[in-house]
Amino acid sequence: MRAGKQPADPAGTGWPARLHVVTGKGGTGKTSVAAALAVALAADGRRTLLVEVEGRQGIAQLFGVDPLPYEERHLTDAPGGGEVRALAVDAEEALLEYLDMFYKLGAAGRALRRFGAIDFATTIAPGLRDVLLTGKVKEATTRTAGQRRAYDAVVLDAPPTGRIGRFLNVTAETARLAKVGPIKSQSEGVSALLRSPMTAVHVVTLLEEMPVQETVDSIAELTSLGFPVGRVIVNGARPALPAGRAVTTAELRQGLLAAGLPADRATVRGLHQEAADQVVRRELEETLRAELVELGRPLTELPLLPDGVDRAGLARLAEALVRAD
Amino acid sequence: MPSEDAAPQLDVDQILADPGVRIVVCCGAGGVGKTTTAAALALRAAERHGRRTVVLTIDPARRLAQSLGLSELDNTPRQVKGIDVEGSGGELHAMMLDMKRTFDDVVLQHTDPAKAAEIFANPFYQAMSSTFAGTQEYMAMEKLGQLHARGEWDLIVVDTPPSRSALDFLDAPARLSRFLDGRMLRLLLAPARSGGRSMFSFVTASFGMFSKVVQKVIGAQLLTDLSGFVAALDSMFGGFRQRAEQTYRILQARETAFLLVAAPEPDAVREAAYFAGRLRSERMPLAGLVLNRVHQPAAPALGADDSLAAAERLERAGGHAGTAEVLRAHAALAQQAEREQRVAARFSAEFPGVPTVSVPAQPADVHDVDGLRTIGAAISDR
Repeated sequence: MRAGKQPADPAGTGWPARLHVVTGKGGTGKTSVAAALAVALAADGRRTLLVEVEGRQGIAQLFGVDPLPYEERHLTDAPGGGEVRALAVDAEEALLEYLDMFYKLGAAGRALRRFGAIDFATTIAPGLRDVLLTGKVKEATTRTAGQRRAYDAVVLDAPPTGRIGRFLNVTAETARLAKVGPIKSQSEGVSALLRSPMTAVHVVTLLEEMPVQETVDSIAELTSLGFPVGRVIVNGARPALPAGRAVTTAELRQGLLAAGLPADRATVRGLHQEAADQVVRRELEETLRAELVELGRPLTELPLLPDGVDRAGLARLAEALVRAD
Repeated sequence: MPSEDAAPQLDVDQILADPGVRIVVCCGAGGVGKTTTAAALALRAAERHGRRTVVLTIDPARRLAQSLGLSELDNTPRQVKGIDVEGSGGELHAMMLDMKRTFDDVVLQHTDPAKAAEIFANPFYQAMSSTFAGTQEYMAMEKLGQLHARGEWDLIVVDTPPSRSALDFLDAPARLSRFLDGRMLRLLLAPARSGGRSMFSFVTASFGMFSKVVQKVIGAQLLTDLSGFVAALDSMFGGFRQRAEQTYRILQARETAFLLVAAPEPDAVREAAYFAGRLRSERMPLAGLVLNRVHQPAAPALGADDSLAAAERLERAGGHAGTAEVLRAHAALAQQAEREQRVAARFSAEFPGVPTVSVPAQPADVHDVDGLRTIGAAISDR
């Protein structure tokens, strides 16, 4: 790697990029991982912004707060005096803001909305919609306040793996529509940031077949489109299986008796069945883990949280993310 | 558990065997096994109930698609070979939705070839047909309408797109209609209809500001393309809306059964509850909830706490390491099962009348016909 290409990692978090795009197959917990990463990177007095773009209000649900407006708001404190802010980007609002910024629209902007123009513009040209969403993310990432950047890091809870390539590939989408003009330059600016070492796209997966397959596919897609792929994050991971011999029903029976538990046939056979299923599951997990290692990307494993992702769970995930290798 | 008793048991076989049921729609959040469920139900309908069945999948995992003989996205139902229908006389056909091709077909159907060629060449059409937010949902409904109209099948099983929210699926036709009826579109169309050169030549002074902004922001070239697109589509509007409304009515009819698919996780169950509410308010027939990947200990008599305490005793005493490990795993499983029951109970508390079936988690992923058969049997287990 050439010196100067990689952004510095002054905080020593192991997450050198400034814009972290978190994707993954639906159901892998990418919102939780994105939130945990925002908390982790805000530790020790830093400030991060956690952004969502799909109107799902996943962040609000995760943190148990009221739906987020299109406005950067305090979300939570981070250990060591840091702060995580949150923003739900709305394409319509972003378009109005954008128009206002460049054309000083004022009341005319509201008129646009009344005419249904905003709805129209963001509906007919989905590429435009994505330019607006990513444009806002870019603005927050590069914004400065005084002498320093407004945010030490921006974490984007991005669309799932099935749509991530198209979502990030804004120039290609808009190039088909806008040959010249501000939308074109806007999309080019976004594209430059997303393809720079300032950005890292992380893929969240589970140790299950389909999420792993989608991870492999989307990393190939992202790489071919020229986006910097960051880490592969295995969510809900159980530690690798200790090499051991499967326990027999006779041993189980003796063990149960020694522990003072009922050792009837049904219990022994039930437990034995559970252990056998467990072995099948674990072996599959090992195969999938090996497939992920094969990708040659840094692999981060997050523990399975038995009680779901509450505040305490998020703190645990955050800790695991920065502790990683 | 009283909350569990409250939810009536869903009898999937009764639905699949009922000749009055012509459409089964599987819907729910992404990552809950919707596609697998749809495929398993279709296979069972063909093998067990002798129905001539077609399953419409949206974005199946590669290996699952291969197991159904779907090697490419060709938008045409293909018969699935190598399944056991000798006794029942049923058939299984499967297809993967090709969004763009379906859209093209709709255009071709509603306009003359010259106009269609013009539409296909327009950059807006190209963008819209492949990426329009809601196109996939709309085209899934369109394809369902087509399959239904052909009348070749006893039963159509539909997998729904992995929408960002379950809403998109129901809203797509309405959104498209609203869009096509929109004021903005009418404004854009007016000059094209009157044969005007400039799109906004007709506008009043008050609208001038607006048109200037639009021109500035999206550029004149874009506006020209857009105008052409809208004008070309104009002839098809009526047909578009009519079809969307037709499909919507089919979905409301008695011949349709909606099955919600969820996993016992808070997000998926919340989404399912939301969807159940929507279906109710749209007066669409909700047949039940399929709760996938439910964990059930095989030794239910042994509680989690007892199991953990015993594991600790064994570890302190030394020896029986294998049993201690099994007991710890059992405790974790029992706790997970309890958690899942609590999550599922939230749904049944909100929708006590909705029949539910729990499908046990499979130790390994499903990607062949045997696996689908196992899942089908599990869904139908009473």
